[in-house]
Amino acid sequence: MIDALILTILMTSVPLVLAATGELVVERSGVLNLGLEGMMLMGAVSAFAFTYATGSLFIGLLAGIISGAVTAAIFGFFVLGLATNQVATGLALTIFGTGLSGLIGADFVGNAITGLPTLFPKHFGDIPFIGAFLSLDIVAYSSVIIVFLVWVFLFKTKTGLILRASGISHDSAHSLGYSVLKVRWCAVLFGGMMAGLSGAYLPLMLTPHWSEGMTSGRGWIALALVVFASWMPSRIIYGAILFGTITIMQLAGQARGWTIPPQLLSSLPYLATILVLVLISIRGSAKHAAPSNLTIPFISSK
Amino acid sequence: MFYLTLRKETPFIFRVSVPIASILLTILFGIFIFSVLGYDPGKALYHFFISPLSRIDRIADLFVKACPLMIVGTGLVLCFRANIWNIGAEGQLIMGAVFAGGLALSLPDTLNIWLLPAMAVLSFIGGGLWAFLPAVLKVRLRTNEILVSLMLTYVASLFLDWLVRGPWRSPTSFGFPLTNYYPDVGLISKIDFPGIGTIGQLHWGVFIALLVCLLFWFMMQKTVFGFQVKLVGDSDKAFRYSGFNESKTTMMLFIISGGLAGLAGMIEVSANMGQLQPNISFGYGFTAIIVAFLARLNPAAVILAGLLIALIEMGGDSAQIALAIPKVVTGVFKGILLFFLLAGETLTKYQINFKYSKRRVPYD
Repeated sequence: MIDALILTILMTSVPLVLAATGELVVERSGVLNLGLEGMMLMGAVSAFAFTYATGSLFIGLLAGIISGAVTAAIFGFFVLGLATNQVATGLALTIFGTGLSGLIGADFVGNAITGLPTLFPKHFGDIPFIGAFLSLDIVAYSSVIIVFLVWVFLFKTKTGLILRASGISHDSAHSLGYSVLKVRWCAVLFGGMMAGLSGAYLPLMLTPHWSEGMTSGRGWIALALVVFASWMPSRIIYGAILFGTITIMQLAGQARGWTIPPQLLSSLPYLATILVLVLISIRGSAKHAAPSNLTIPFISSK
Repeated sequence: MFYLTLRKETPFIFRVSVPIASILLTILFGIFIFSVLGYDPGKALYHFFISPLSRIDRIADLFVKACPLMIVGTGLVLCFRANIWNIGAEGQLIMGAVFAGGLALSLPDTLNIWLLPAMAVLSFIGGGLWAFLPAVLKVRLRTNEILVSLMLTYVASLFLDWLVRGPWRSPTSFGFPLTNYYPDVGLISKIDFPGIGTIGQLHWGVFIALLVCLLFWFMMQKTVFGFQVKLVGDSDKAFRYSGFNESKTTMMLFIISGGLAGLAGMIEVSANMGQLQPNISFGYGFTAIIVAFLARLNPAAVILAGLLIALIEMGGDSAQIALAIPKVVTGVFKGILLFFLLAGETLTKYQINFKYSKRRVPYD
């Protein structure tokens, strides 16, 4: 029973980790993409459609990643190419992606696919204490590795330093001869791929079907998670498990007739995020603060 | 490829042509989408853009649909003009409805006609309070207002959900998440034209919405307040020398826009529903962002922009009924329209230069 609960919590956390890690890199480069929900939905519908048509989960995952990147490229074209307002463009992307995914997926509603297999043999799940941790699929394990790689990239490589510099002061990065726009393009596309993969995880693993708006706000929670983690990759994992636990507790609580209102539990991630934002602001430490050039467009001729 | 340089002056033609060109491009895109999906583009466009305008009562309903968009949009225009990013209008709208609803539900038997004005004031306070939070955090601690106002939206929507399923649920609702009906004096009535009667769902809230748009248009054009808003948005330096207090202006604009969103929420419930329910807003707070941009941040133009977005929404309904086109297509249209508008904004602000063209346009 407890093992099953832990497994559900871990699986709920996976899409949050994936989407938030992508968004973290995007925000570190100085771009705020509020289109997470839209990119995730495009990833989800493409992954479902391709898996349904070809029967191959691998092609499905790939389709999810690619369509996430394509959707992000639309965002990049406007925000980086045309220096449009990032907040409004991100919202436009969410509205657009939610609509388009619903339109594409209209014919797939009601169909089912078989989800990803677990990486280790089934009976590993019976091992006490660690069983739940051995019953996951390849995407779930990869997500932890990706977070680690992102941390190495951001804090241990020169390119990562350039990316962070673009987010803190794009003028300085530019005057040192680095192409801020190129760095941001790469970040935005990476963010799109991660959001697409995160979206793909939903129909391929969590619920083996497609329904309109099936991300049900996970994109916004992932966005909150980046802030909650104060733009540090490792904290995304703790944060995601915490947020995932809250989500599952709310469902489990309802089933057992707890007196805590489920709405209060649901609003905890948002309240906690505001609290973290406030704490960061009070302490005023630059290390955990938002990248100072977040949402400010870069115009090279300035 | 190409790069951007700041324009010194925006050609007048751009200011007018951007919204019009964006609408035309969106329609072109619509024709493309409908063809790809296998619908007759002519018929689809007819049901989207002409059918909702074909009868007087449908035009009246268009105004009803545009009502919250106009009120919320006006508040957002003020904020965006001043470079303040209030993204939480949706939550402020909900809190306005909750505050007004609290009063109406606590006085079930009242016949006092001052209930409605009191609810309007309370809704403004409720929405304003919900906007006060991100505002005060921004001013005092430099906390990012985009993130805080966005997070608070979900908290507000969950709070309303809890109220109507828990403490405020009507004992006679058979377990449905609905509150009691408001007393009659807490409802907004339909406009009764002498000799004609009511037209569609047209109610007095629409009148208020138009009034709000025109009032703020006047204030922006002719008063010190408008000057102050434009100044804070255009340049921080000039603002500091001007003697206005930047923090106070930020707080004031946040509270006004939150208050207006709250008022829109109260009108929406009192005019159309008569009771609170889990979903009282259909993304009006977010859609109003498109309205504000479509109006090119001009409160008077918000009227037209609100009507146009309402037309897309109603067109989506009529196309779904007539041709079975999924309603989600309206989201695609709204997203595309906003993309084009934002790109147009760039064209007015910057000059696009192609890197390999021989004749470079001198920038200075």
